[in-house]
Amino acid sequence: MFRERRRVSTLPNYVILILMAIFALVPILLLITNSLKSTPEINLSPFSLPREFLWSNYTTAWAEGNYANTIRNSAILTGFTVLFSVTLAGLAAYALARLNLKGGNIISFYFLIGTGVPAQLFIIPLFYIWKQFGLVNSHVGLIIIYVALQAPFATYLLRSYMVALPQDFIDAARIDGASNVQVLREIILPLSWPGFLTAALVVGLFTWNEFLFAITFLPNTDLKPIATSLYAFQQRYGRDWGLTNAGSVIMIVPVLILFLLLQRNFIEGLTQGGLKA
Amino acid sequence: MTANAYQLEANRTKLRQQVGGWLFVVPVLLLNLIVVIIPSIAGLGMAFTDWSGVGSMNFIGLANFEKLLQDQVFFKALSHNLIWTVFFLIVPVALGLLGAYLLSGIKRGQMFFRVAYFIPYVIAAVVNAQLWRFLLNPRVGMLKALADCCGLSFLDVAVFGSRDMALIGVAFVDMWHFWGFLLVLYLAAMSGVDVELYEVARLDGANRLDQFRYVTLPSIRPTLVFTILMITIWSGLVFDYVYVITGGGPANASEVMGTYLYTSAFERFQAGYAAAVGVFMTLWVGIATGGFVLLRKLGWEV
Repeated sequence: MFRERRRVSTLPNYVILILMAIFALVPILLLITNSLKSTPEINLSPFSLPREFLWSNYTTAWAEGNYANTIRNSAILTGFTVLFSVTLAGLAAYALARLNLKGGNIISFYFLIGTGVPAQLFIIPLFYIWKQFGLVNSHVGLIIIYVALQAPFATYLLRSYMVALPQDFIDAARIDGASNVQVLREIILPLSWPGFLTAALVVGLFTWNEFLFAITFLPNTDLKPIATSLYAFQQRYGRDWGLTNAGSVIMIVPVLILFLLLQRNFIEGLTQGGLKA
Repeated sequence: MTANAYQLEANRTKLRQQVGGWLFVVPVLLLNLIVVIIPSIAGLGMAFTDWSGVGSMNFIGLANFEKLLQDQVFFKALSHNLIWTVFFLIVPVALGLLGAYLLSGIKRGQMFFRVAYFIPYVIAAVVNAQLWRFLLNPRVGMLKALADCCGLSFLDVAVFGSRDMALIGVAFVDMWHFWGFLLVLYLAAMSGVDVELYEVARLDGANRLDQFRYVTLPSIRPTLVFTILMITIWSGLVFDYVYVITGGGPANASEVMGTYLYTSAFERFQAGYAAAVGVFMTLWVGIATGGFVLLRKLGWEV
């Protein structure tokens, strides 16, 4: 029966699937090849490989775009957002999954409302509240926002991991007199680390790429992360394609490397996010 | 110890666990309250004021909403959100379904294709915008190449600078980064479909199209309906791609509610009026979600 099924030709499948892969990937490849050409060469032949690799686009973009600074800013924002989101979400997920909280339904409902509210409703008041407290133009201020926005999703993701853990281990530890914190640290954490990795990757990607809150809450050039400083860079160097393409590639290289290494975790986490949001 | 004492001890442990448990949840709840819930309520209130962002704030009743209903730019933006919704409900859904169906039919290379389609989704909006500003540039881009080689000179236009093409051009770029994500969602749903259903359909003489229509589509309906809901919501809230590529221009030709709100608040300093746009956008989300819930209440299995 199965053999017969295989006999259906899959050639048309492959033809269309390859065309779709070209559609998805070729634009990115063109971005990379054209980041290694001079702008006159791009104007002349945008679709060919570079005659010679013009690495100076990268050094120029790095200096002109002040990447040493913006990468540090992005690293600070991303690092702390991931750290705090995943830690706080881990605590919350543990309680929701394992401690039979009374009123757990209320929390789930709250998360549903809290994550369903569009950013456009609260971003304006939030901006003026943050301004009152000196949290505009402050990495701390933006990290608080990012953690608040990402922790509910991370909680949801981690909870689904922790619910699946075997209860026996936890019972055994409880009999030995382990506290909540001990159970979390010694049993839950080691067993659900793939969930933590997935949550960290999704939160990290969101933060690295985030635009709306970054451009609103960090107008100061020195504090900008890559996303918004690259935007300013593109505006300044408009048609200098070689340079702006190089600037873009710098931003996506860490993402692409991590994605290719850990694509299972990325895809699992991001599609769960889509399913929940 | 007596049985009673055991009972007491057990109760105490339980209580301690409950209180301790709530302490674990409180930080996330509190942050969400401060960043989302309280400002959202403030946003609802702000929509009824004439506040500019600084200075005094006066209650002006429904004046902002009255103004909104006579604001041609706002209606233009709203209609663009509707066009955006229709475009996104058709193009990426069709591509995603087609790709997922074809991909579920092959064994070799499934992983490669899945990763390839997903890559644009993890790349930042600013980079994707740059990419397509370059590719669709009238001087060097793809369209010019097509126009030159194949005599299709009508293609050689400045997509993002043209009043007729700007909106659909931006929607295309956003779609390009999004359809692979949908494909992966549909693929996951399709991998859960019982193989025997296909066998039965084949024995009944169903060709591939029939199988797709009568086996695949009904089987993945929950996922399909869910993505339709998400797309409808997101299409009302879109901001990044429009703001980065055209800023809503030229002459509001690609303005959407999200960019209109943003420029009203932070460039024209009409915080109260912008908040009213925000309330409208929340209404959009509410109506979409409400419709979904209603359909479910009416017994529509999803």
